[in-house]
Amino acid sequence: MADRIKLQVARYRPEQESEVTYDEFEVPCPKDWVVLDGLNHVKDRMDGTLAYRWSCRMGICGSCGMMVNGEPKLTCATFLSEYAPGPIRVEPLRNFPVIRDLIVDIGDFMRKLVTVKPWIVRDEERPLSAGEYRQTPQEMDEYKPYSMCINCMLCYSACPIYGLDPKFLGPAAIALAQRYNLDNRDQGSGERMEVLSEHEGIWGCTFVGECTKVCPKHVDPAGSIQRYKLTAALESMKSFFVPRGA
Amino acid sequence: MSHPVNHGHVYTDYHPRWLRRRVSTYWWLEKPAYFAFILRELTCLPVAWFAIYLLLLIKALVDGPAAYAQFMAWSASPWMILVNVVSFVLLVFHAITFFVAAPQALVVHLGRTKVPGQLVLLGHYAAWIAASAAVVWLLVRA
Repeated sequence: MADRIKLQVARYRPEQESEVTYDEFEVPCPKDWVVLDGLNHVKDRMDGTLAYRWSCRMGICGSCGMMVNGEPKLTCATFLSEYAPGPIRVEPLRNFPVIRDLIVDIGDFMRKLVTVKPWIVRDEERPLSAGEYRQTPQEMDEYKPYSMCINCMLCYSACPIYGLDPKFLGPAAIALAQRYNLDNRDQGSGERMEVLSEHEGIWGCTFVGECTKVCPKHVDPAGSIQRYKLTAALESMKSFFVPRGA
Repeated sequence: MSHPVNHGHVYTDYHPRWLRRRVSTYWWLEKPAYFAFILRELTCLPVAWFAIYLLLLIKALVDGPAAYAQFMAWSASPWMILVNVVSFVLLVFHAITFFVAAPQALVVHLGRTKVPGQLVLLGHYAAWIAASAAVVWLLVRA
């Protein structure tokens, strides 16, 4: 196996250029190095101006998502040796505006996320003296996969619908709404439905399914959206046949 | 949810000029999975075609033996056979990709246990075979 590998890193320096250019760096390629290690090597030893986000380097913080050879990946979980003999093209996450080099603006997702109220909503909080909200393992299993989301936004990068229509609420926000809708302690599904059942909500999704394939945490956002379509359709039928207040 | 994007602005420290990349019209050619998706969506056209074909057949039946004979002659023309064979292949592709997607969308509970996705998929195939068998039985009986 080659002991070095070429990285083609996308650069965008707004004060200098108006398009993406590529810089090539040759970095060591031991078998335990991930793409992020390669980028850190570039930043420490070769070009300190390279800008990118990272934090935990263990697939929890969700900051280091980038396009690696055209696929959205967590660079801390993508080994350089998988791409030997290279070169490896590293680009900023697709479908987001680029701020600098490999850093994208994630404001759109953050604003959308709060609209689905990703927290437990209660009509009335129980007093502390009434004890905890109890839950069986089966009840927990209902939403557990969706709770694994780390907001890395790889799914938004893989979603052509989000690329074409940035108003689309998007995979992770809907999966996180479902995480709370399916939690038996939550009573906020009615409030969430107003946002989710809009045209830009679940109905924007055409089930390309790529969000689920790229998710590093096996959340299955595509499945959660299709499930919710069924729920929303049944609810609207119910409200048609059973008038409000009846 | 509008973006505070300042497009044509000159770059300063406090006015970053973000780069927005446009999605290509040919995005669906970029990945095999995207292409398979577009193909799946397009195969709804053969579904519509067979619905129209069935309506035309019923109309011919209603209009009497002469119209029916004319319809059969039209259906036997080589290009109609070609259209129907191609449509049928695409229809089968549509059905299979639909079934493959079904377990992801349909989560079934029996009592407290979740039915495994494979069983949901098998259920779809079983229903398909049963419906086809019913049609064959009707045709053979006649």
